[in-house]
Amino acid sequence: MAIDTLRPCGDYRTSYKADQTIFATRLTMLFCVAGVVLACFAPFFFSRYILSLMIQIGYLGIAALGLNILVGFSGQISVGHAVFFGFGGFASAFLANKGVPVPLAIVLAGLWTTAVGLLFGLPAARVKGLYLAIATLAAQFILQDFFVRAEWFTGGTHGAMAAPFTLFGYDLSGDDRYFYVVLFFVVVMYLGAANLMRSRDGRALIAVRDHYLSAEMMGVNLTKYRTMAFGISSFYAGIGGALYAHYVGFMSVEGLDILFSIQFLGMIIIGGLGSIMGSLMGTIFMVLLPEATGWLASALSGSVIDQVLHLKDGLTYMREMLIGLTIILFLIFEPDGLAHRWRLIKAYWKLYPFSY
Amino acid sequence: MQSQLLLQLIVNGLIIGTLYGVVGMCFVLIYKASQVVNFAQGEFLLIGAWTCWWLLTAWNIPFFWGFLIAVCFMMVFGIVVQMVVLRPLIGEPIISVIMVTIGMSIFFQALMKWMFGTFAQPFPPIFSVDKVNILGLQVQTAYLMSTGVSLAIMAGFAWFFKYSRLGLAMRATAFSQQVAQSLGISVRQVFALSWGISAAVSAVAGVVVGIVNGVSSALSYFGIKVFPAVILGGLDSVFGAVVGGLIMGLLENLAQYFDSQYLKWGNLYEIVPFYALIIILMIKPYGLFGTRDIERV
Repeated sequence: MAIDTLRPCGDYRTSYKADQTIFATRLTMLFCVAGVVLACFAPFFFSRYILSLMIQIGYLGIAALGLNILVGFSGQISVGHAVFFGFGGFASAFLANKGVPVPLAIVLAGLWTTAVGLLFGLPAARVKGLYLAIATLAAQFILQDFFVRAEWFTGGTHGAMAAPFTLFGYDLSGDDRYFYVVLFFVVVMYLGAANLMRSRDGRALIAVRDHYLSAEMMGVNLTKYRTMAFGISSFYAGIGGALYAHYVGFMSVEGLDILFSIQFLGMIIIGGLGSIMGSLMGTIFMVLLPEATGWLASALSGSVIDQVLHLKDGLTYMREMLIGLTIILFLIFEPDGLAHRWRLIKAYWKLYPFSY
Repeated sequence: MQSQLLLQLIVNGLIIGTLYGVVGMCFVLIYKASQVVNFAQGEFLLIGAWTCWWLLTAWNIPFFWGFLIAVCFMMVFGIVVQMVVLRPLIGEPIISVIMVTIGMSIFFQALMKWMFGTFAQPFPPIFSVDKVNILGLQVQTAYLMSTGVSLAIMAGFAWFFKYSRLGLAMRATAFSQQVAQSLGISVRQVFALSWGISAAVSAVAGVVVGIVNGVSSALSYFGIKVFPAVILGGLDSVFGAVVGGLIMGLLENLAQYFDSQYLKWGNLYEIVPFYALIIILMIKPYGLFGTRDIERV
């Protein structure tokens, strides 16, 4: 198989080395590198609106990847991802206000969120499956309540100001400059996750998901890896939240509700559970969905449908309904998500005239 | 004065607790019969209450008939939801099933907000007397009715599962689907019916809460409050759900008492059940009356 384009479309690796590469083929690697390089030129071509959408995809994508590591790779469900995202934002704003340089504050906020995530991951050592889901539901409400109470930390209901992002004295806060910051973090975090999944720890996480009894037989410490998955996922959420806080310049408890957590779950389900690039695809879908709803509503304004349903007033509700509806439809008709669909498309083109 | 307040709060707690118990029972019913954790239970309350409210205000139907139509509608609604959404997911991993109910929950919540607005709407007055004096305590008539209805529902459930043929079939299905099937019970029908009954009874609870507090999307919060109650009682125990509901109702109101008298933190009663939930999960995850799975986690 010297030529990439003639690879069969299944998983036909014959050596451990081939199984453990970061990118499946050289072509995919080239595609990824080219994608990042092309993205570097984005600020020169796109408007601020598109750039802000791309930044949004970036920081949400990092957090979604964290949730995918927890749900997709280690098989535990969390209904409270938004509060960890929020905790990262508050922690970074808090540290930056105390005089820590912002880039360092973002990383430290990630680590701080990891500690909190490990704390709430402790029930994972005792319970699993739906009991764990309910425990994370409790975490959602407890932390949300904490954000309102802890005025020293979050500024209470008023929210906290987050300092703009500066590196060695350069101000990197505008849309076109902050884009590179987010891009850098996205590349590092996604490469980190891809690397984690080919290490011993990553394989152990997957083993815990697929068959925990066998995993334990093989010497995988279940409690350690279940809790660790919570820690890693919170780290990603924390970094994502911190990037968000310094992008907006302001962090408030508003919007960190359970709907936001569900949106994260929607992203990874739409993208594909247990797929790293799927997390990004799902995030893109989830970010563009409300925008597309807005475009559709304005395109239909004045028509009969608009007069009957009052689309303009119901726009927020329509967006929420679409989020719920896409989650349901994807689960019923495409449970493996967009990543799976993408694989099918690739296989189709690879075998073009003789597809099966 | 203080003991008076305490007493009042305890009575309130018991009344709210019976309502939690009823919703918890509905939740446990679905879980027992079809092994689905229903995150959309609160939306069943919400839809039921809005339907009844709409029938009463837009069509001027007498309360009794509006109530009956709403309950029947919810029964059909529950069955349809099970058939359309849940049936394709039988045999899928638990994450998918949980997620689909979460998806339903936000879908219906947004739909209800869109159709009826975000503001709380009061029910048209149903009782001639607003409050009743019982042993020196002011109790709202609607609360009295709610307790009466709740107790009736509980008794109904007990009879249904002990003596009726259908209830026995449901218990058999909950015990083992294969055995039930080999005895000639249609497991599909039992699944659909359990969702229907659960939605209908939830609608009753929704209407009762709606009469007291007005109908608004806050009703769906009941569906989340019910988790601490059923976890405390044990996820697969109908009796446990009632006990758990009562305890959580009391706990909330006692927390409110301590909060207003001593701590002055504010809003403590809303968050206390979730702390309790975490503690229960850490020390006794299968609850007071739940079946203990012998399994290493």
